[in-house]
Order: sequence, then C-alpha cells, then structure tokens
Amino acid sequence: MNAILRLDDVHTDIGQYHVLHGISLDVPEGGVHVLLGRNGAGKTTTLRTIMGLWRARKGAIVFRHHDITQARTPDIARLGIAYVPENMGIFGGLTVEENMRLATATGAFDKARLERVMALFPAMEKFWTKQAFALSGGQKQMLAISRAIIEHRDLILIDEPTKGLAPAIIRAMIDAFREIARETTILLVEQNFLFARSLGSTVAVIDDGRIIHRGGMAELAADEALQTRLLSLSLAAHQ
Amino acid sequence: MNAISTTISRLGGVTLLPVALAALAFVLIGQPSSWVTLTVAGLAMGMMIFLMASGLSLIFGLMDVLNFGHSAFVSFGAFVAASVLAALGSWVTGGSAALNALALLAAIGAATAFGAVGGWFFERVIVKPVYRDHLRQILITMGALIVAEQLILAVWGGAPVAVPRPAFLAGSIVIGDVAVETYRIFAFALGLGVYLVMHYALNRTRIGLLIRAGVENREMVEALGFRIDRLFVAVFMAGSALAAMGGAMWAGYQGLITPAIGPEMMILVFIVVIIGGLGSIEGSLLGAILVGLLANYVAFLAPKLSLASNMLLMMAILLWRPYGLKPAIKG
Repeated sequence: MNAILRLDDVHTDIGQYHVLHGISLDVPEGGVHVLLGRNGAGKTTTLRTIMGLWRARKGAIVFRHHDITQARTPDIARLGIAYVPENMGIFGGLTVEENMRLATATGAFDKARLERVMALFPAMEKFWTKQAFALSGGQKQMLAISRAIIEHRDLILIDEPTKGLAPAIIRAMIDAFREIARETTILLVEQNFLFARSLGSTVAVIDDGRIIHRGGMAELAADEALQTRLLSLSLAAHQ
Repeated sequence: MNAISTTISRLGGVTLLPVALAALAFVLIGQPSSWVTLTVAGLAMGMMIFLMASGLSLIFGLMDVLNFGHSAFVSFGAFVAASVLAALGSWVTGGSAALNALALLAAIGAATAFGAVGGWFFERVIVKPVYRDHLRQILITMGALIVAEQLILAVWGGAPVAVPRPAFLAGSIVIGDVAVETYRIFAFALGLGVYLVMHYALNRTRIGLLIRAGVENREMVEALGFRIDRLFVAVFMAGSALAAMGGAMWAGYQGLITPAIGPEMMILVFIVVIIGGLGSIEGSLLGAILVGLLANYVAFLAPKLSLASNMLLMMAILLWRPYGLKPAIKG
C-alpha cells in the first residue's frame, strides 16, 4: 500500500527535553489510521512535528513526494494537510461562518461541499452566525472538523477528538469520520481504544517517544494480551 | 462583582460606561456649559489617545510584542507634522480654508507615512530578532526609544517647538454660552473616521479576519495555511502609522512640543490598551473615551486627583474585568 506520509527516525526536542526518540511510521493512503498511546507518550508531539509547529531535530518527514521536515507550517498546510489540535483551535471571537471561511483558500465556499459539511454536522448551519465561544464542547469539535474538511485535503491530522465528549456525540463523530475517510486519509491520535477500534484500519502504538507496535487494528482488537502489554488495558473491561 | 456585571449587562453592557460617566459628571459639575466644554474636550482627547493606542493594542494582541518603543512614533509624528506645518507657513495661516486644509492634510499624511516606514524598519530590524522573548523585547524596544529620542534631539533640538494651528481650525464654535474649540471637533471626527475604517477593515475584509483570528491563536492561523509573519509586518506598520498620526494631532492640540511628547502620553496609552483589552479595537476606543472624559472631568472637579484618576480607573476595571472591558479573545 502506498504511504501518503512517511516519518523516518524523527527526533524532536521540546526545550531541553528529548520527546520523540526516532519515530518511524508509514501512513497508508485512504482510511483512518490510529496512533495510540498513553498520556505523555509523544502522540501530540508527533502531530505537531508533522505540521512543523515543532521542528524535528533529526530524521525525515515526507508527505507524498515533498520533504516537509523543515518546511514552514503554512507551506505544509497548503500542500493539503489539515490539523485539528487537541484544544480544537477554534477562534472564539469569530462566528462559525468566519471560522470556516478562514479555512478556504480564496475566502469563498464551494456550495456543494458546504452542503455536505452541513449534512454531516447540522449544528453548524444552526449556529452559522453565532460566535464560536458560545458553542458547547461537542459543537466546537464539530466546527474544528468541519473547518478541516471545508476544502479537500489529502490528509487530516486529528488529535484526541473524543476528549471530554458525551457518548452520543462520540457516536456521531464515528459516523462522520467514516464518511470523511471515503475521500481523504485520517491520522487519528487517540487514547479511547473503543473509538479508535471502531474506525481504524491500521494502528501504531507509541510509548516514550518510540513506536512500539504497528499493524492492523483488527489484530490488536482481537488480541487482549497484546492490548494489555501495549496499552495496559483490557478491551473486555471496556465492554 | 457578579451583581455589578449582571446589572451593567442588563443596562446595555460596558459600552454605556462613558454615558454613565458623563451623566455622573453632569450632576457633579452642575453647569451645563462647562459640562459640554469638558465633555467635548474629553472626547477629543480620547480620540487622539485612541489613535495612539489602537495600533499598540493590535501589536500586543496579534504579535505578543511588548513594544516600549511605540511612543517614539508618537514623538516623530508630532515633530514631522510640526516641520511640515512650519514649512507651509503661508498655507497654514492664510485666509484660504482649502489651503489650510491641504497644509493640515500634508502634515498628517507626512507624519503617518513616516510612521509606516519607520514601523517597517523597526519591525524588521529591531523587533523581529526578539519575537517570543519578552524580556529582550522590553530591553531592545526601550533602547530603541532612547535612540529615537536622541535622534529627535539631534534633528529638532531640545527647546520646545511651536506647532502652528491651521487658521480654519483656530477659534471656537459658540452656541449660546457654550464654546467648543474647532480643533477638538476635528480631532474627534478624525478619530471616529479612523475607527470606522478600522472597524470595517477588521470585520469586512479577509485580512481583517486573519488579524482577528491571529490575535486569538497565531499557531492555528499558520496551520490553516497563512503566513502570519507577513501580517505582523503589516500590523506593525499600521500601528506605528496610527501612533504617528495621533502624535501629529496631539502636537496641534498642545501647540508646543518637546521630545518627551511621546513618552508623556504612553502612560495613558498603556492604560487604554490594558483596560480596553489586548488586541481589541472596540476596547481601545471605549478605554480611550473613558480615559479622556475622566481626565477632563477630574481636572475640573478635583485637580489634585487628576494624575491619579486614570490609574484608579485602571485598577477598578481590572478588579472587575481582569481581561479588560472588551477582550478580543473569547472562550
């Protein structure tokens, strides 16, 4: 399978701390690919390093045929990578419309695409003219994802989208991500294994800044001993 | 505090604070003619402070830069405008209102253009190397301010410089027993005009949208594909140009200027930026009008308190709203 994104022995420092210790990861084109790991394992740092928000000290990051290891964040975004950070990155003082308009290249919406986004997240239409700070946590997450898909992107990096959300909203997110993954590749960072399992086709497990496991999601979901070893969790205990 | 906030919100929000202040002053002053004169003077002063403060607020808000050199642009604006007005002497003092206006336009235009070009140089050479380092920003912009003051001393000298006022703005408009200086009306109108242009640009244009978004979250603007460093230069130039325009207007208001004109105004400018809310143009306007009105009312009612009045205003507002009256960052 062709890799849309390849990380090769990526090391990242944050201040004096060496956080990523040689991450190597291939993200296949199409579908949802999950990066699992406990708190502080290096998941967010990996996404931020891909986006150029933190610089890799060593190693290479290649998106399609572009070496983006030392590229500026705006240039990386313009290559077709969208980023939904853990804090959602919503502009609270801007309206829902303005938040989404900012994510368009020209400032104009593609009408058909906008209608598809509204169909995925009807709350966006309802709160179109409201300032985003007034939205609930789930609505803000929907806005963050709507902004990422308002124009076609080849790859979407999403950091823990289920954090703090109610189960009903998480179920709606699963449906939305399945729909989005029909036309784009998603690299999803998660701690919620049940959510990740329902979406992911491949999984990589990160711990202490290193990838400690890669493979199909189905194999990991079926192997409780492996889950316990890698994630210190038992899927059965979650069911 | 919550009860006060709720009551004020019910009555129309913080925007009504200047109206409440003016109403209170009307009761305390007791003489309608004095109250009108002080109110117009306060509004004019507020608008000139707004010109100086709005750019600094955006620079703080968008770029997170502590620019203590901002007052240099106020000083340069004042001296450049004074020089242009002095050079166009016959136009300034002549009987033709059109020539008067042209001279004034040339003076304000030259000051503003000088501020924009100086702002570009300042951002590229002095501020850019110290982005994200507040301590160095304070040190280097303070140093640049000292250099700028010495440059003004070298070019214009240390003696006070007279600023001729265009004839069409000299004198007052008298209605009944109320006299209002024409220059104050002009200063108010110019400030209001600049505010309306800024409001339109920030709320109706794509660059304005990017600036408002950048004030909230620079990193996310970059992650959406926009080069925020280009916005930084544009905002710094605009902020410096506005400071110079404010300096030019303040010079005409004072009539006599020294190289300390900028630093003298900076305490009020910082108070306005802080009480208005960093990065908020509406907040800067509201804060500037409050500061202008309070300074004039207190100077009339209790002159000994006038120096402290705006400090007390800032303390009260920060106790009530730690992020300012109209913070740009929400939620």
